[in-house]
Amino acid sequence: MDRDTLHRFLYDMLLARAFEERAAEEYANGNIAGFLHLYPGEEAVAVGVIHAAEPSDYLVTTYREHVHALVRGIPPRPIMAELFGRCDGICKGMGGSMHLFDRERRFMGGYAIVGETFPVATGIGYSIALRQLPEAVICFFGDGAVNQGTFHEALNMAALWKLPVLFVCENNHYQIGTEIHRHSAVVDVHKRACAYNIPAEKFDGMDVINVYEATRHALARIRAGNGPQLLEFETYRFRGHSMADSGSYRPRSEVKAYAERDPLKTVINEAEFGYPTSEQITAAGPDVISRLVDHPSAIDHFDARHVEQIKQEVANIVDDAAQFASQSPQPTIDDAWASLYGNRQHETLMEDAQHG
Amino acid sequence: MAETLLYWQALNRALDLEMSRDESVFTLGEDVGLYGGSYRVTEGLYAKYGEWRVRDTPISEGGFTGLGVGAALTGMRPVVEIMTINFALLALDAIINMAAKIPFMSGGQFPMPLVVRMPGGVAKQLAAQHSQRLEHTLMNVPGLRIVVPSTPQDAYWQLRQSIASDDPIIMLEHELLYFEKGEVNPAAEPPPVHQASVRREGTDLTIISYSRMANLSVQAAEKLAEKNIEAEVIDLRSLNPIDWDTCSASLKKTHRLLVVEEDCRFAGAGAEIIANLSERSFFDLDAAPVRIAGLDMPTPFNRELEAASIPKINDIVDAARQLAGQNKTG
Ligand SMILES: Cc1ncc(C[n+]2csc(CCOP(=O)(O)OP(=O)(O)O)c2C)c(N)n1
Ligand SMILES: [Mg+2]
Repeated sequence: MDRDTLHRFLYDMLLARAFEERAAEEYANGNIAGFLHLYPGEEAVAVGVIHAAEPSDYLVTTYREHVHALVRGIPPRPIMAELFGRCDGICKGMGGSMHLFDRERRFMGGYAIVGETFPVATGIGYSIALRQLPEAVICFFGDGAVNQGTFHEALNMAALWKLPVLFVCENNHYQIGTEIHRHSAVVDVHKRACAYNIPAEKFDGMDVINVYEATRHALARIRAGNGPQLLEFETYRFRGHSMADSGSYRPRSEVKAYAERDPLKTVINEAEFGYPTSEQITAAGPDVISRLVDHPSAIDHFDARHVEQIKQEVANIVDDAAQFASQSPQPTIDDAWASLYGNRQHETLMEDAQHG
Repeated sequence: MAETLLYWQALNRALDLEMSRDESVFTLGEDVGLYGGSYRVTEGLYAKYGEWRVRDTPISEGGFTGLGVGAALTGMRPVVEIMTINFALLALDAIINMAAKIPFMSGGQFPMPLVVRMPGGVAKQLAAQHSQRLEHTLMNVPGLRIVVPSTPQDAYWQLRQSIASDDPIIMLEHELLYFEKGEVNPAAEPPPVHQASVRREGTDLTIISYSRMANLSVQAAEKLAEKNIEAEVIDLRSLNPIDWDTCSASLKKTHRLLVVEEDCRFAGAGAEIIANLSERSFFDLDAAPVRIAGLDMPTPFNRELEAASIPKINDIVDAARQLAGQNKTG
């Protein structure tokens, strides 16, 4: 693993954590409303997977997608502004936190109805295959989504027509309050893929290097013409399902077991943004982020000072994004009509038929 | 003895009572058990009745709503909770092709004692995919009945009556109503489940509405009274069937009709209400009926635009004043 790649992982994970914690804070302050699903604990998955993809590969994500958007390269400002529902949001304030889209960066949408990512990704895969392009599409989904019919329908079609789709399960073991053993007869998500002859494997989703390597290999198999692949990453969300959920249904022992892998636990529940010292990190043992820090430190890639520098840098970036979002104007109702009808370039309809 | 309950508590009481009276009643849905329901409607029932009668399901709306149909065919009385109405779109085959049609297609052999409850409506910045109203779709399905309680008392009565009914009944609950308070008298004799209620009497115009908008209409009527306009407010309580008699009796008295709905205007419930009452009460009307409805656009995420996309009390007041012949600036 080269230094630059590692640096980018570290940077993105720290930015992701900082961004999400800031979003939680802005929610508490009343600047963000509605459903807000945060990603702390799961950063290694989005960062590892998306770094392994080419910019020309498409991404289809769920409602827990701010970090995916950041890693894809959408600047923090328009993402935060979208969370605020403002004019300068990536979707002009029309979509909100669960529906980030960026056509230019092939970020094909955050979908809030569980199970929607499968058919959408399959359709994108179909058009790539039909045009015989060397591209792929990455379809993210949770452990709860595999019991939706669309999972099975999409996997069958993707396998049948050898579509270039990488299915990525973010298995955090919960479908809101229902633990995986209570929602799935087969809890090894990857095993379900064998029903459709799709090669599939499970990996530790808390280790970004692992995630990255697994994804690189899967994408290579797709580009070699082997058809769809499925990867299951085991991970954990440190927060509740959304800001409306405390996550209190999870056994304390389980939360503790995962939290022990995360030295940031002390700051996660604090309203104030901050990070533990490197002593605290060492004392608390390895977690998603510290493991990443430890590894390059051990082989002399980074020193603690360097990590502190990045933390400072991402803190400033997130501050700037929140500032930007709070100053962005509210969209108008005409902006809303334009979003709805703006694509009717070649047709003229009666004015009345449009505005009702 | 009446007591003050929140809307969700009234539903919880009704479900609990029916489950305790009849072992064929069971409920299922996402997070209805251990978690106690997203809006707490099933709180405490898992501990009381166990997992077979309070079943946490996978995210398989088409599957578990269809399961409800199958169970109803064999004499159970399932109460399916679809976490929010937005996911009912995935269960429309079970609802429309199965539940609504099996009694008919079987030549009446099979009753369909199925209740499907679903919270919906525009709440607080839940964005386009989570802010839907589906009455327009469901009203157009022969064989389905739809109840739309707007008060805790109606929620209590209508859930109990729906469970007792042998027809498939959809219960549309509004997400912003769960934490509204009201008097519930469990001992009182309920009106027929589909009967409209006159929430306020008046002589100058009739406002017909349902669900949360019925409550806004009552508040608007109080403001109108300050301007010397006496509005009669009818809360439909049921969207299929609709109690036309109560509506046309009111129009005989007021001669003016204003319909208020949260759903999008185009081909919405209001269109049916106005069309039907225009046929029925044409000669009673002194002015063209007026509709206030949601904008014909997916619900915007932005707070101000979201608010602008559905009717507000002042919109009702303004429209009523105009309809009653008052200049609204006067
Ligand atoms: C079709 C549908 N049913 C129910 C919901 C409500 N809901 C939102 S997220 C969620 C749990 C999803 O769990 P999972 O797929 O594991 O993803 P996670 O949130 O854990 O990342 C549920 C039930 C929904 N959005 N869509
Ligand atoms: Mg999950």
